[in-house]
Amino acid sequence: MNAIASHKPAPAIPVTQSGVADVVAASKLGLVFNTNDGPVQALSNVDLTIGKGEFVSFIGPSGCGKTTLLRVIADLEKPTSGTIMVNGMTPEQARERRAYGYVFQAAALFPWRTIADNVALPLEIMGISKAERAERIRRTLELVNLAGFEKKYPWQLSGGMQQRASIARALAFDADLLLMDEPFGALDEIVRDHLNQQLLELWARTNKTICFVTHSIPEAVYLSTRIVVMSPRPGRVTDIIDTNLPRERPLDVRESPEFLAIAARVRDGLKAGHSYED
Amino acid sequence: MDSLQSKIVPVGTLLAILVVAWYAFAVMLNGPFQRDLDRRAGETPGQLEFLMRTWSQPKPTLPAPHQVAQNFYKSTFTVKPWSNRSLIYHAWVTLSSTFVGFAFGAALGILIAVGIVHFASLDRSLMPWIITSQTIPILAIAPMVVVVFASIGITGLFPKALISTYLSFFPVAVGMVKGLRSPEVMHLDLMRTYNATRPQVFWKLRVPASLPFLFASMKVAVAASLVGAIVAELPTGAVAGIGAKLLNGAYYSQTIDIWAALVAGSLVAVMLVALVGLAGRITDYAMGGRPA
Amino acid sequence: MRASLPWQIALALLAVVTGGVLQLATAPGGGPGNVWPALGLVALAAAATLAMGGRPVAQAALLFVGAHGAAWLLLSGVAGHEGQAGASFYLALSGAWLLAWRCVTVLSMLKPASQGEKRLLGLIIPLIFGAWVLILWEAIVRGAGIPFLLLPPPSAIAERIGVSTAVLAADFRQTVLKAVLAGYIIGCGAGFIAAIAADRFLFLRRGLLPIGNMAAALPIIGVAPIMVMWFGFDWPSKAAVVVIMTFFPMLVNTVVGLSASGHMERDLMRTYASGYWPTLFKLRLPAAMPFIFNALKINSTLALIGAIVAEFFGTPVVGMGFRISTEVGRMNIDMVWAEIAVAALAGTLFYGVVALVERAVTFWHPSIRGG
Repeated sequence: MNAIASHKPAPAIPVTQSGVADVVAASKLGLVFNTNDGPVQALSNVDLTIGKGEFVSFIGPSGCGKTTLLRVIADLEKPTSGTIMVNGMTPEQARERRAYGYVFQAAALFPWRTIADNVALPLEIMGISKAERAERIRRTLELVNLAGFEKKYPWQLSGGMQQRASIARALAFDADLLLMDEPFGALDEIVRDHLNQQLLELWARTNKTICFVTHSIPEAVYLSTRIVVMSPRPGRVTDIIDTNLPRERPLDVRESPEFLAIAARVRDGLKAGHSYED
Repeated sequence: MDSLQSKIVPVGTLLAILVVAWYAFAVMLNGPFQRDLDRRAGETPGQLEFLMRTWSQPKPTLPAPHQVAQNFYKSTFTVKPWSNRSLIYHAWVTLSSTFVGFAFGAALGILIAVGIVHFASLDRSLMPWIITSQTIPILAIAPMVVVVFASIGITGLFPKALISTYLSFFPVAVGMVKGLRSPEVMHLDLMRTYNATRPQVFWKLRVPASLPFLFASMKVAVAASLVGAIVAELPTGAVAGIGAKLLNGAYYSQTIDIWAALVAGSLVAVMLVALVGLAGRITDYAMGGRPA
Repeated sequence: MRASLPWQIALALLAVVTGGVLQLATAPGGGPGNVWPALGLVALAAAATLAMGGRPVAQAALLFVGAHGAAWLLLSGVAGHEGQAGASFYLALSGAWLLAWRCVTVLSMLKPASQGEKRLLGLIIPLIFGAWVLILWEAIVRGAGIPFLLLPPPSAIAERIGVSTAVLAADFRQTVLKAVLAGYIIGCGAGFIAAIAADRFLFLRRGLLPIGNMAAALPIIGVAPIMVMWFGFDWPSKAAVVVIMTFFPMLVNTVVGLSASGHMERDLMRTYASGYWPTLFKLRLPAAMPFIFNALKINSTLALIGAIVAEFFGTPVVGMGFRISTEVGRMNIDMVWAEIAVAALAGTLFYGVVALVERAVTFWHPSIRGG
């Protein structure tokens, strides 16, 4: 069921006490799925704030609710308890205002559209004029290094290029928040390294807030300013780690002792969350 | 073109074997009657003469391929296309009701499918019946439809087209429901993140995703439509159409006519399916389909 | 949840009010009976449903009783008053129909927890729909006084089925038990054997597959008159038509199915040095089963169509197709409908049996597991 909400105008952005709206603010967030085998606690008591310009990774084993949390932020799932605000609004209002771009695990490009037309899709839906669309397509495809591939169809591109096109599609309408659900999970490690680097460059250039789900420890440490470690049954946050690596990160930062120390802490956090089930 | 060549040789060989077997069967099936005929005439033809005679009876049990080909050629190319003896005329009569019926059936099928995809109550109450209808021989209604309409003075194209309509409606409805539901969850979620409206989801996602399903089901539907039109020509002793031609042949034991009509019907069927297939290919190409 | 007035209920109430006004204007004693009680029942059910509020199961039950009670009143009232129904009758009928529609809508919105309830709902909802096709058919045919010669009401057809069971059973035996079954078994068997042969010899496969695919589009049913000439009027000629019609779907599906097993599994069999036949029986045929059953299901319908239509070209004086064509000629349309009902039932049962066997054989397939 795709319950698409009506287009009622959302109220003006309320401002939090501090005067600056957090991009994401969740408190005591919980979500219970009713499955055929009974209720499943997918998220439990999640407290989290994400400020503007942060790059936050969510890491944990499968079933820990990291994707679910991202989907709650995106209003693709409704929480069953607690509160969550996105840009100071409910997720639904934020979605209606097209506050975020979402990148899925697979590129999810429409096979019947060229790369340019795929990037144009959200722009068409949002009613942006043709001339403006062309300009934005040019700009975003350049941003992900896909200039020159406008006329190609998805199947004519490699997996990594397809995923870059889907990132371009998420960037095309200039939302300040980018939600990425294991976007490079299906790619091989060499391509993934390359895309990680490009993503960091893109983040530096655009100054967007990024929420990034992954199950790779090196990826999380390499990319993030903050790492949210989660564990399953019930899905919950077990640790939040600030990484103090410099913003400028060449790939070989991954051999530095600071990097390895953070990675070790993430690994410990994952182990702690897991220990009870063995 | 390699794949085409790798097909032509085997298909050609098989068809050649078929033709040879056909001639052999013609001798076997027409032989007894020919022997009977010869005995009564007091003739004792040689082997070769006997074979030739089994292949040139006026009303053979199994006409030889060249007899069918001659009859087909004669009644297609040598008579005026609008005369009652022309196969083109009869094919056209059947084809016209097929076309009209198919067009309405496909349109109706698409419309119902759109309704089923958008209204839960329609989906839950109508869809099971549409699926069940695939398992019943609905073609059996054809004679009744024709006769009942004839009894209130409606004859000709309309009742035949009606039968073609309901035969082509079901496969299109089923295929189109499948097609409109074919978008992946991820694509639907994507549209939701854009806060797309229902019409936007429909036109930008569901419709393009459904087109391959539509064309696949229309191929089935157009063939069913033709069968419907042919069968609809049987009960009233219709004067024109492939079905009428078959029935007349059966009445007067004009086996060669029956076979020629069958050939005409098959050609029409292949042409119709090829036409739908071509439309599908063109659409696929326009939508950037990967060359198979 | 907003407490609102569903449009079906609103329209039903409107229909009741207009119907009541019009019924007042008609002369007492004329026209179908029971219009007043039916109008009252519809109004009562509609009002009670609104009062129920947010209890969908109770609402649905109430709507169900109201709609079908009113329909029953109207149908028993119109019998014997054929052709005399006025606007008030139809308004009462549409009121009842709207209640049934609302009932289906409420039921469709239910989210049952258990599998059993889900299955029950999956049965009830289409049954209500089917019942209303029959109710509207009956009511309109009787109400508008359409001659039974042209379109008999369901009740007359049911009566005819009851009276003519012996004839229908004889026709069923002749057409289904003799022609269809024999032709189906021979045709599917021959198609299967041809497919195995085509699988062994690449050349044969390359030749047969395009021909088989094309045959799916051809009006094969046209060979019926020829078969009647060759095999006589009795059932063997019909079985022959069925053989030809079922052969090609089986051939094509089996050939495609035999290539459905994965490369990895086939390589595995190679590492065991497994020969053609062991690989066929242990891997490729099981993997082909979903395709083979697809053909068996398609063919179950094709076989019935083939046998019935072939009988249009001549039969001894028994058989479903024979009955349909002769009774149509005599304008005994109710008998034709009876025969069609039997054919529909036979088709559904035939298909259902094949589908049941399929579930038992291909229990591992995702489409059966529901995975």
